[in-house]
Amino acid sequence: MTEASTIAVGAEAGAPTAGGSADEGRSLASDAWRQLKRNPIFWVSITLIVLFIVMAAVPQLFTNVDPNAAVLKSARERPGADAWFGRDIQGYDIYSRTIYGARASILVGVLTTVVTVIIGVTMGVLAGYYGGWLDSLVSRITDMFFAIPLLLGGILFMSTFPNDENSRYLVVVGKVVLVMAVFGWPSIARLMRSSVLQVKPNDYVQAARALGASPWRIIRAHVMPNALAPVIVVSTINLGVFITVEATLSFLGIGLTPPAVSWGVAISDALVALRTTPHILLFPSLFLSLAVLAFIMLGDAVRDAFDPKSR
Amino acid sequence: MTTTETTSRHRAKTATGSEYHPQDGLLLEVDDLHVEFHTADGIAKAINGVSFDLYEGETLAILGESGSGKSVTAQAIMGILDVPPAVVPKGQIRYCGHDLLTMPADQRRRTRGPEISMVFQDALSSLNPVFPVGWQIAEMFRIHRGMNRSDSLERAVKLMQRVQIPAAKERVKAYPHQFSGGMRQRIMIAMAIALDPAVLIADEPTTALDVTVQAQIMALLQELQEERQMGLILITHDLGVVADVADKIAVMYAGRIVERADVYDLYRQPAHPYTKGLLESIPRLDQKGQQLAAIGGLPPNLMRIPAGCAFNPRCKFAQDVCREDRPALRLVAPGRESACHFAEEVLNG
Amino acid sequence: MYKYILRRLIQMIPVLLGATFIIFAMVYALPGDPTIGLCGERPCPAAFVANFREKHGLNDPLHVRYLTYMGNLLQGDLGTNFRDIKVVDELAQRYPVTTKLAAMAIVFETVIGIVAGVLAGIRKGKFIDNLVLVSTLFVISVPVFVIGVSLQYTFGLKWPIFPATVGSDATVYRLVLPAFVLGSASIAYAARLTRTNLVENLRADYLRTAVAKGMSRPRMLGVHALRNSLIPVVTFIGADFGGLLGGAIVTERIFNIQGVGGFLFTGIRNRDPVSVVGTVTILVLVFLVVNLLVDLLYGVLDPRISHD
Repeated sequence: MTEASTIAVGAEAGAPTAGGSADEGRSLASDAWRQLKRNPIFWVSITLIVLFIVMAAVPQLFTNVDPNAAVLKSARERPGADAWFGRDIQGYDIYSRTIYGARASILVGVLTTVVTVIIGVTMGVLAGYYGGWLDSLVSRITDMFFAIPLLLGGILFMSTFPNDENSRYLVVVGKVVLVMAVFGWPSIARLMRSSVLQVKPNDYVQAARALGASPWRIIRAHVMPNALAPVIVVSTINLGVFITVEATLSFLGIGLTPPAVSWGVAISDALVALRTTPHILLFPSLFLSLAVLAFIMLGDAVRDAFDPKSR
Repeated sequence: MTTTETTSRHRAKTATGSEYHPQDGLLLEVDDLHVEFHTADGIAKAINGVSFDLYEGETLAILGESGSGKSVTAQAIMGILDVPPAVVPKGQIRYCGHDLLTMPADQRRRTRGPEISMVFQDALSSLNPVFPVGWQIAEMFRIHRGMNRSDSLERAVKLMQRVQIPAAKERVKAYPHQFSGGMRQRIMIAMAIALDPAVLIADEPTTALDVTVQAQIMALLQELQEERQMGLILITHDLGVVADVADKIAVMYAGRIVERADVYDLYRQPAHPYTKGLLESIPRLDQKGQQLAAIGGLPPNLMRIPAGCAFNPRCKFAQDVCREDRPALRLVAPGRESACHFAEEVLNG
Repeated sequence: MYKYILRRLIQMIPVLLGATFIIFAMVYALPGDPTIGLCGERPCPAAFVANFREKHGLNDPLHVRYLTYMGNLLQGDLGTNFRDIKVVDELAQRYPVTTKLAAMAIVFETVIGIVAGVLAGIRKGKFIDNLVLVSTLFVISVPVFVIGVSLQYTFGLKWPIFPATVGSDATVYRLVLPAFVLGSASIAYAARLTRTNLVENLRADYLRTAVAKGMSRPRMLGVHALRNSLIPVVTFIGADFGGLLGGAIVTERIFNIQGVGGFLFTGIRNRDPVSVVGTVTILVLVFLVVNLLVDLLYGVLDPRISHD
């Protein structure tokens, strides 16, 4: 996924609303929630996401086969009673690997999103609200990191610090999360900054300042709730993007390594034997695509709920 | 308007090939117009039986609050309603005798611009931001008259000069956002009168402008109207704007005309409680220290218009008959029409 | 107008310096053994490491090393990798191929993306709209490499309409399939963006004015609405070009294209930091320059910005 696509999504996400006084009988958030509840796409995506999260947290619920248990003599086995999705070229049970793969993929996606939102929102608010030299400084820093596309940054970092056989699960996952967060926060920061800039001149903010509210309070109670909407939309979609980038890194051989299993790893392993045994590729790809799709649909639904024009 | 003026306009229009000829100067007849909006939450009855005539050289002001149906009337005449969800279940709009509502779409389209034209409220959003203003004015000539680029631009410059935009020759290449609000409105007017239409509808043309600019724009409209003997329909909620320019006023409420009269007659003594309330609610310099007299209550929900007279919940004079019987618009004195059971009482104080 | 350009150019300089410094620091400043992989699976002997560090100036303080690096960069020297290939030469040879690939992807993106977006926008809610929305969603969700591998299998092997790999002979015909794969996600985004913008502009006040002026529907759509809608799309496509140059790595790997991406991938495989850093630096530079050009283009296209 290119940076331009994040811009495109952000452009689709649109501006925050100019209203937002909590006094209106229906606040923006409750209005949005009402809108969201009525949207079938929202429920479909939430169901899928919950399903995947459960899969990630408690894989034992879905399978009791060890994903790292290789049964070489049954390698490349087609889907059947013994292994529901068949086996890959090393004899691993694909169904089990797909289920366990959810954990690494979802973990990477969620953690990266959380970190990028925390850093991005902070930087965006600092730049947007305070303006002046702080804005210039933060914006320049943002631009510097923004100049390095996510995938390239990931490639750079992961190839410089490759994993070896002794790397532990959390370290392996942590490295991927770290590099994606480091290069992923700028797009959130930019979005937040422009969002804050649109909210700041509104009358209710000026009123709060005139009443002597502290900057922290103004930011927390007035600016953030109204400026956060596009960020929520984009972050939800970004979650899917991060999962995809991790899979791409694994495809290139510099993402997660054993013992970490992710959908990306499973797909990467499958490519070698694609010609003869396409089924190995199918299932992890399917799960990966469904997960990404679910997050994108959720982001779409949230955006429609917040957009007063699309009622 | 005199017969000679009518004939000369008639002659001039025929010269340009217009197939529409007003009989006795009667340009527009709106006849029992009904407009409904069909939405997911119900049917909103925006216009419920509006009728009026417009003659050459006449200025009709349609006055009302938001939701009274005044803008919808204008849009229905122009044919720019979104046709779903809008539905016209009943009524006719006759332009020089031809019913616009039953005309083929293409024929109707060709009346917009050359015959009937409109000026909108917010000129900044109503002008296309990515084309120069000269191009947008010239478009009228290029599309409707088949003129070439340079000729149409020349005409555009002349029009801009006519509406008093300074340095028109240079500014013809400028973009809408580079003009002030008043200038933009003049550009909209220039576009609207470009093809010398017989009817000009101005939908709140000055609402978004400063008071001094308002006066200038109204003066310009009046000038142009006299010069070209157009029928002008002025849609507004602002009583002050209307006084100088209009000949007749129709006051609308809940999709109906509730009073119609000559401007001065209406201002001197209204014949409907709603009009009375509107006039009384204007703050006056000689009433210092007293409470502002507003009309209590809110305009009705167009999906649930009250039975009987639509104004009855808010009316000081409401009686039982008002809640049961819908008063028709009737003549209560020479040149005075009112839709109220007690119009005579209101008229006589 | 010129002030705008100058301002943007000046703003770009610190960003350029900063980004290159980040790249440099990430690779050379963080603790780690620079000789990983040079000696096979085992760590290199101490003497070799010391020699290596001396030879590449790794014992100098960071800012000195960075300045040396930048100095070399300005002279067009991106270093020599351990196979004694000058990175600059290699890149110069490979860039035309990658550019061709990216350009073809852009053509697909522009033509298919905009057409699909316009069709979906003018028939909002109807079948074609839903078709476009669903298919673009599908394309965005599936990672590029899955699309690439699947299409390679389907149209390169199973029903061989296109060659499955490109190799050293990168003709336009051989690049069609990879270009389509590379542009797939972009086509989807461009289509959606076009659709969203068109739908929004179709509701705009100035379109109502166009109706009131007696303009025909084709004219309203083709002249008035489209011009406004396409400005963001054009800038998106422009920005995407810079990104495509970087993202081609996956496509070039799958289809064995001898472009910049392929070189980067080989560099990763062979644990060759000089190649990797050099290539990424150039890619980032190109990305920045293209973004600047696109910003300027947007300023030119939208009169609200250029006529200030």
